[in-house]
Amino acid sequence: MSAPSLLLLAPVLIPLLGAMLAFIAWGRRRTQKAIGLTAVTLLSATAILLLIRVQRQGILAVQIGNWDAPFGIPLVADLLGALMVTLSGITGLAVGLYAVFYMDRKREIHGFYPLFLALLAGVNGAFLTGDIFNLYVCFEIMLMASFVLLSLGGEKAQLEGAVKYVALNFLSSAIFLAAVGLLYGTAGTLNMADLAVKLSSDDTTPIATIISMLFLVAFGIKAAVFPLFFWLPASYHTPPVPISAVFAGLLTKVGVYAMIRVFTLIFIGDTPTTHTLIVGIALLTMVTGVLGAAAQFDIRRILSFHIVSQIGYMILGLGLFTRVALAGSVFYLAHHIIVKTNLFLIGGIVRRLQGTEDLGRLGGLYRSRPFLAVLFLIPAMSLAGIPPLSGFFAKLFLIVAAIEIRAYISVAVALGVGLLTLYSMTKIWNEAFWKAADRNGESSGNESRVLPLYLPVVGLALLTVLIGLAAGPVFSLSLEAADQLLDPSQYIRAVLGK
Amino acid sequence: MELIFAATVAVLYAGGLYMMLRRNIVKFLLGLAMLSHGANLLIFTAGGLTRGKAPLIEPGADAAAAGVADPLPQALILTAIVISFAVLAFALVLFLRAYRLTGTDDLDDLRSTES
Repeated sequence: MSAPSLLLLAPVLIPLLGAMLAFIAWGRRRTQKAIGLTAVTLLSATAILLLIRVQRQGILAVQIGNWDAPFGIPLVADLLGALMVTLSGITGLAVGLYAVFYMDRKREIHGFYPLFLALLAGVNGAFLTGDIFNLYVCFEIMLMASFVLLSLGGEKAQLEGAVKYVALNFLSSAIFLAAVGLLYGTAGTLNMADLAVKLSSDDTTPIATIISMLFLVAFGIKAAVFPLFFWLPASYHTPPVPISAVFAGLLTKVGVYAMIRVFTLIFIGDTPTTHTLIVGIALLTMVTGVLGAAAQFDIRRILSFHIVSQIGYMILGLGLFTRVALAGSVFYLAHHIIVKTNLFLIGGIVRRLQGTEDLGRLGGLYRSRPFLAVLFLIPAMSLAGIPPLSGFFAKLFLIVAAIEIRAYISVAVALGVGLLTLYSMTKIWNEAFWKAADRNGESSGNESRVLPLYLPVVGLALLTVLIGLAAGPVFSLSLEAADQLLDPSQYIRAVLGK
Repeated sequence: MELIFAATVAVLYAGGLYMMLRRNIVKFLLGLAMLSHGANLLIFTAGGLTRGKAPLIEPGADAAAAGVADPLPQALILTAIVISFAVLAFALVLFLRAYRLTGTDDLDDLRSTES
């Protein structure tokens, strides 16, 4: 096996091997922590190497088991895939570091680390696979791990949230599976590049469009778009902070990624129908998510609703379907994963300092913890789109793309939702940080338990600032990714070799 | 033959969706199970029904003779059955735990995590 193919396999193999080793070390918390941290460190390093390699030398593909395409299962890293794997590595590293100092003993003993690594293996597999059934399998690996992570600990709220989460994701998987079966019945292949070739003729377009709607619903449930998002705000705030942070950062984005993949590679025969529908869904998702957040009064619940609204921005770029719009989506994904993970992690520090996430009972954090306040402001203002932070550029590119094709409704909604996001962020700021604390002195004495948690938070905040400052280079990378998405022949050539 | 299969799939989907709309948590789970069976049968039917011709390759030949059954949908179904079995088993335990902890099997009463 050559070096580039190993590099491509590594993002799946490393967490998978780590998960197995951690399962073997069942109950030994220190060994599991060491395995977990080693795995996420190696994962982020190899992911960055993979991104550099793909950026320099183009799309990389490996046929597993040397079965030639289209019969074998390929792993493919184009720029979008490599970028997503890099982001999952960064999230994994940040959350892993945080969890080592945050997770309680009971959950560690009951297998937090192996499940966390299995989750990352599934996520990375979904980002890299070039086979639609394999995508289903990777989704299931990821979901199974997330089911257990969500209910781990068995608190009442967790189980209630998990019932809804499991039920709706199971439904989505059944729809996904049915769609894969129909697709195979139509095209006779499961290889995504081969599917793109076989479905490119005009006479298969109507049936492909119908099947694409099944995929839209299946991925829509996973990505939590309007009107399929209700499981998300009902479950994401229930598990311990590191678990909700990795869910918030990565899981819905796998749905968005899958949507971008199939609607740029396979279902592009009837874009006036499919992609216009996606724009409509995107706008409604943005508005309902942000309005839902406005009604909440608990840090993680507010943030959960904002995931929904931000998903709308990401698929808006897919729906507009121009070069700049797709690049905007890719940029938004990169920005959002880092910022949202960080906000959840900060919510955890606040919770640990004051024992609650209810905004009514929080307060005085700016006076007692000015550094934490600054750390909160960076991702919060970035989420709302204040220059010069990453979120400003992410929104800017999408809005420019919408203006270019005169989609003025999209422009208006994107701007309005940005303003309401700012409202939610200032609400958290005012209530948790600015207003006077009702019970002074309670927050003291926890310093040693909180201090190590700052490390991943500072790292992610620096990354947010960096993406903002280096918006040019990051955007040109996104444009390259968008070029690859808009010209599927590159992907097809890399996989099928013709 | 396809028509019978298609009708069976339709019945499974309709029954599954109806059960999922019930408020009882166990009926909901049965609905999910029916839905995944329906999906499996759908793959089987969509892949093409062929009777009595096993996909065996003669010695010396490179590929199976024309007209044999396509083994791929069956492989997909096998994988899907294993996965849905695991998920269903997990969901069953989860729902049982949720029932014991909340004391209700009515999905409409599970509202404490919503706003």
